[in-house]
Formats: sequence, structure tokens, C-alpha cells
Amino acid sequence: MNTDWLLQHSPALIIALPLLAAFLMPVVDRISRKARNVFAIIVLIVEEILVLFLAYDVFGGNPHIYTMGAANPLTTVPAQAAVPIRIVLEVDAMGIFMAMISATVCLAAGIYSLAFIGEEKGKGKYYTLLLLILVGMLGMELTGDMFNLFVFLEVLTIACTALIAYRSNTGDAVEGAFKFLIISSIAALFVLFAIALLYAQYDLLNMAALASAIQYSNLDKIALVLLVAAFAMKCGSVPMHFWTPDAYSVAPASITAILVAASQASLYALFRVCFSLYGVTLNLSTIGGALIIFGLLSMFVGVTMALPQKDIKRLMAYHAISQTGYMLLGVGVGLYLLTKPEFSTYGIKAMEGGIFHIINHAMYKGLLFLTSGAIFYRLKTRNLNEMGGLGHSMKWTAIFFIIGALAIAGIPPFNGFASKLLIYEAAYKVSPILSIIAMLVSILTLASFVKVFHSAFMGPKIHDVEEVPRSMLAGMAVLTFVIILFGLFPGWVVGNIVHPAAQALAEQAAYIQAVIGG
Amino acid sequence: MIYSIPFYTVIILILVGMYAMIFRRNLIKMAIGLTIVESAVNLFLVTLGYREGGVAPIYTNLPSGIKIPEEMVLPVPQALTLTSIVIGVAILALMLSLSIMIYRHYGTLDSKKVRRLKE
Repeated sequence: MNTDWLLQHSPALIIALPLLAAFLMPVVDRISRKARNVFAIIVLIVEEILVLFLAYDVFGGNPHIYTMGAANPLTTVPAQAAVPIRIVLEVDAMGIFMAMISATVCLAAGIYSLAFIGEEKGKGKYYTLLLLILVGMLGMELTGDMFNLFVFLEVLTIACTALIAYRSNTGDAVEGAFKFLIISSIAALFVLFAIALLYAQYDLLNMAALASAIQYSNLDKIALVLLVAAFAMKCGSVPMHFWTPDAYSVAPASITAILVAASQASLYALFRVCFSLYGVTLNLSTIGGALIIFGLLSMFVGVTMALPQKDIKRLMAYHAISQTGYMLLGVGVGLYLLTKPEFSTYGIKAMEGGIFHIINHAMYKGLLFLTSGAIFYRLKTRNLNEMGGLGHSMKWTAIFFIIGALAIAGIPPFNGFASKLLIYEAAYKVSPILSIIAMLVSILTLASFVKVFHSAFMGPKIHDVEEVPRSMLAGMAVLTFVIILFGLFPGWVVGNIVHPAAQALAEQAAYIQAVIGG
Repeated sequence: MIYSIPFYTVIILILVGMYAMIFRRNLIKMAIGLTIVESAVNLFLVTLGYREGGVAPIYTNLPSGIKIPEEMVLPVPQALTLTSIVIGVAILALMLSLSIMIYRHYGTLDSKKVRRLKE
């Protein structure tokens, strides 16, 4: 096949492929179980290859533009009009960076689900919804249109809710899903209202065109507050974090790993709105300061709530809140310094730390949730007090858990250390107290995971269990591979992947010019 | 002044809906609150698209003597509203089906009693 053609159309294909596959899934499901499993895995692998293929080109310095429905996908502005009217997909380094996270986590979770999800409860529908979550995430990350962002946010919400309630024979799964649905739909309505406020003033929906016209009037400020509140709510930042532990703990473990990536898609939307949509028109020290405060609160409240938990997934969910705080802190420091001269020295470093932490967190937190699912698969409990001695029989699970736990605590050979160090260094220059809190949180995280490791894997052999099936180990191995790779070569990753992403987020002019000036 | 009435209605409806979602304990009433907020946002979108004396932009069915495109209405807000209504129906259906399942498991729709997850 002609690679140029594929490269040009890949932004649309990346979204269309899982969408079509999702609705083909019920048909394939009727053929046989094996056909369905093979089909699901092939789609996820092809998706991953497409994303990496496009990523290779985007990181080479070419942001991609794709105009839906135009004869030539590069003509964003139609001949009869002065502004972009059609839906435009804008794939820059930051967007494709997030797409890589989503595709990888979904691939690992898809392989893991082969054995993890029992056959009795509509596994065909499970894979349909899993692919729809992938569509929602990728759509949010690749789109350059405000209303399209809202639509994909809702696709994501509906698919996530259905899968959180997947074990609907237990009441708590439905309860967690209901909470998630309420929070998500309020957030989505806030987003829609904000879009309407922006549309009312500028008659524009395209993000780049809006960014070039935005005035930071009073209505814009209201829209900004609504957007920041909605996306912060969706990404589970304190003080809007209450749904996170409930939804994360009741969903099947493979879905929880994907939910982490889905929350990060909202985090990405938050950063996109702050940097690319409003950018330098913002009152940077106020909004940057707000993000830093959200980050500090999330870090500290998350970890202190995690320490006393007895439910293993609830504990990990509170850690997910706490780790989101690091990303908000890192990128918040970057936003705070955006127009100041210090930005080129340590402001960009802070953003690199925050953005690098996004991919690291998706990998190790995904891995940790998958290991908790492995324990649940054998013991049928999430209660830490009923576990013990699993290290004797579930050796691979124990090894994967150690790697994930060391990575989240920021111990040197693993990837968590690299991104946390970048955040510590840059935040220290803004105010030493930020770094001190971040390090304290890191130590508490380690303490908490030592407790989990001790109560789940150490001690005498109580439970007579076997290792989990091979496909579950394979799913965990995919994420472990990425963690070790990033841990061994952090310099290469930061230089070639994270730095372009941070640069793409920081440079609003380039984002606007790619659509309008081109 | 008369043209501002829809906007005041939007604000009132949003407040009513948020009140229902935050202070009502019945899950069905929370779903109703959400629907009210959604209607308010839809009303806001439709109001934005209103133009006095404008006609629908269907080129094959235009009254004679219309200036193109000055007297036509931009169809984008209507398109947005339709999409938003469809999504709203999906969300509402999902929410009500979850309420049914919650009622089966807990025997109540009172949100204060549906809290098995609280440690």
C-alpha cells in the first residue's frame, strides 16, 4: 500500500477503525468465540501500529491536519468561507503522545481480558464497549474542534459507564457506575455550555480559529471556569475526586486500567484548553497557580486517603488521584511561567516532567490495577486482610507488582523516578515547598505499597492457588516492557517524545498557524 | 429586554436542575434534574441561533426576494442542539436503567441508603 496515502489519512483511520470494528463485533461474535477474540486483538494491534506509524512522522516535526469531508484533507478553510467550518482533526506531538498512551493501555487490557472476563456474561458486548472507549479517548485527543471534543467526551462517558457496571450482579458495581455517570454528564453539560458561550461571541467552533480570536472577555472567563471545573472533575482532581475510588474499585480490573487512560484524556483536554485555546491571553499566574494548588491538594489528600484503605483497588484508586496531582503540578508550573523568561530554562522542564509523568502513570498504574485483577481472579476478594502468601504460587504476578510499585514510588531504575525528578527540580526553583511536598508524597506512596506487598504476597502460604492464565500475564508484560524501556532510556524518551509534546503544548502560535495559516 | 427573557430562563432552569441534583435524594429526581439542566443548555443553543425574520437555509425552498446569505439562518446551533438532544436521550436511558438495577439490588432509590461503597 502507498505509505503516503496511509500517512495522510491515518488521523481519520485511527478513529474510524475501532468505531467500525466496535459495531462489527456483535456480528463476529455470532461466528465463534475464537473468531471474536482474534478479531478484537487484531484490531487493537493494527490500531497500535497505525498510531505508532503516525507518531513516528509527527515526532519528526510534521503536525498533521485532516479536514473531514473535504476533497483535499489539507484545505481547512473552504473556498466560500473565511473560517474553518468542517470538522478538523489536528494531530500535533501532544495529541499523538496521548493517543499512544490510549492505544497501548487498551492493547494490554484487551489481551488481559481474554482470560480475565468470563464467557458467561456477554463478552462480545464487552469488547464492543472497550473499542468504543478507545474511540472516545482517541477522538478527544486528536480532534481540533470544540463540539467534536464534547461528542467524543460523551461517547467515552457512555461506554465507560456501561463497563463500570459490567458486574451488574453486584449492587456496588451499579452504584459506582451511577456516580460516574452523574459526575460525567454534569461535566459534559458544563463543557457544552462553555462551548455555547464561546460560539455566541466568535461564531467559531474550531479550536485554532477560536484561539486566534479569543479576547478574554468576561464571558470567556465564565467559559474558562466551566471548562476547567468540568475537566478537573473528569480527571479526578481533589476537591472533585469523590467518584474516582468508587468507580475505579468496582469496575473489572482491565477496565480500571483503561479508566486511568480515560481520565488522562480529560486531563489532556484541560491542558489543551489552558494552553492552546486561551494561551497567553490568560491571567497566567492565577490559572497556573490554581492548577498548582489543585495538584498539591490532589497529591496530598490522595495519598493520605490511600494509606488506611483495606480494599486493594480502592487504595490504588486513591494513589491514582495522588499521581494526577504530580501531572497538574508539573504542567501548572509550566503554565505559571509561560510568558516569563524562566520558561525556556526550567518552565519547559517542569512541563516535560508533568507530561512524561502522564505516560509513566498510565503504564505503571495500569499494570498495578491489572495485578490487583489477577489477585481478584484467583481469590475473588479485594480485601487485603484476606490475602497473604501469594508470592509462593503467583510468582510472575508478584514480580509485575514489585516493578509497578517501585515505579510508582519513584525508585531509580524505573520510569517513575525519571519524571518525578524532573518535577522536583523544576518545582524547587519556583518554591522549595512544592518539591518538599512532592517528595513527602512519594515516600508515603512507597510506604503504602510496601504495606500492600507485605499483606498480599509475603507470609506463609495460606491460599492454594495457581498462577493466572497466560493471556493475563501477557497483558501485564506489555506494560512492564514499556516501564522498563522508559526506565532504562529516560534521556532518549524525554528528548524525542516528551520534549516535542511539551513544545507543542506551549507554542500556541504554531497550533493556530497549522490550521489557519497553512 | 424582551429578547433577554430566554437567557434568564436558561439561568433559572440551570439553577433548578442543579438544585434537584444536589439536594434531592431520590435517584429518579436526580435524573430529572440532569434533564432540566440539559434542556436549559439546549434552549441556550437554540436562542443563540435565532434571527428575527430569518429563513431556513434550504436553497431549493427559498421564498422569493431573499438576500443570500444575509437573511438566512446559520444552521450550526440547530445541528449542535440536535446532537446534544440525541446524546441526552442516551444518557437518560442509561441512568434510568442503572436506577432500575439499583432498586433491584438495594430495594430503595434513596441515595443516602445506596452507599455500600462507603467504608
